[in-house]
Amino acid sequence: MEARSRGFARMTISGVALLALCSLLGQILGEMLGYVLGVKANVGGVGIAMLLLIIARLWLARRGLLSDGVNRGVFLWGSLYIPIVVAMAAQQDVVAAIQGGPLVLAGGAGVVVLCFAMVAVLGRLAGRGETIDEIEARERAAAGIVDPSVRPTA
Amino acid sequence: MIDAGLDRIAHLLDGEALLIAFALVGLIMWVSNFLSTRLTAGRVHGSAIAIVLGLALAFWGGAATGGHKGVADLPFLSGIGLMGGAMLRDFAIVATAFEVDVARAKRAGAIGSVALILGTVLPFFFGAALAWAFGYRDAVSISTIGAGAVTYIVGPITGAAIGAGSAVIALSIATGVVKAILVMVFTPIVAPLIRLDSPRAAMIFGGMMGTVSGVSAGLAATDRRLVPYGALTATFHTGLGCLLAPSILYFIVRAMLGA
Repeated sequence: MEARSRGFARMTISGVALLALCSLLGQILGEMLGYVLGVKANVGGVGIAMLLLIIARLWLARRGLLSDGVNRGVFLWGSLYIPIVVAMAAQQDVVAAIQGGPLVLAGGAGVVVLCFAMVAVLGRLAGRGETIDEIEARERAAAGIVDPSVRPTA
Repeated sequence: MIDAGLDRIAHLLDGEALLIAFALVGLIMWVSNFLSTRLTAGRVHGSAIAIVLGLALAFWGGAATGGHKGVADLPFLSGIGLMGGAMLRDFAIVATAFEVDVARAKRAGAIGSVALILGTVLPFFFGAALAWAFGYRDAVSISTIGAGAVTYIVGPITGAAIGAGSAVIALSIATGVVKAILVMVFTPIVAPLIRLDSPRAAMIFGGMMGTVSGVSAGLAATDRRLVPYGALTATFHTGLGCLLAPSILYFIVRAMLGA
């Protein structure tokens, strides 16, 4: 039994399956949350799924079950993220957006400027967070890698 | 003979829509990375170029077919609809959660929630004020257009819930789409100005901008490593908007109009 479960964890599908399970469960919980709140939309389904996956990763890591197969299966989809987003961009209703008229264009543009400005304001209020470059530099240093040109491919 | 052969190939390709999409998007990524290194010396991200190319294709597809789903309305490119549709998009977003640093996400959680609420309320009232300026005087239309400024999903759901007309709902969707597209295109450009370089800033950004398509593409074009943090807050945005816009926010608009 023990050996067989380790065999499964070695396979890439174990990561893909874990990912699918967390996604489905998250969407179901988001749907239920929407129902309880009386909202006709999914409330945070994807966010809940992300939290489930984070919890699953911590749980597996603590038990030493975070195998290559699990990692490979999840990273496969994480690495397809940008191409999928490009496909998403290619199916936006750009024609309608451009032809929307002055109210639509002014509304969209104004709200984006307002929100960008608010991100800057809130960022200042929250204080400067450690940048992703600094974090990775520190982690590399901690791992004892000296070569600064070694960067994980994003 | 040749016609029959072409027919057979066309028939075959009908069943391979998703593979065509993989190949085409791969080609777009390759061209974009080539342009990024050769034309801009890497200053403009390959993914930013790819997203703009995708939007340009969507415009072309929409103009050619008169449909609402960009190139996905062209029969041989219907696979783009599956590849970039909600199912695989959300699947890939969830996958990025594997890279989240838990302690860091927790520390930014409070400010992320503040951004989430502000990111719903401010766009709503901005859109509502604009609707007023454009001559709308009824609470239902004003609220629906305001909700569209939150995201293009909150707009129609709010409109349907409070009984708005279809023309107003169409306006609110279009406003949300314009917002999403502008976020996709301009995030990498303004990122240095608004200091979008840390997980904390990405969580604020996700909560504030909201639109999952805008945030996911905008962060992808800025720095792929920031994606999971922004997505974590942004995915709660639409739900919160659908919760607040047709209820509290609509009531506030109605009270302000004295009706």
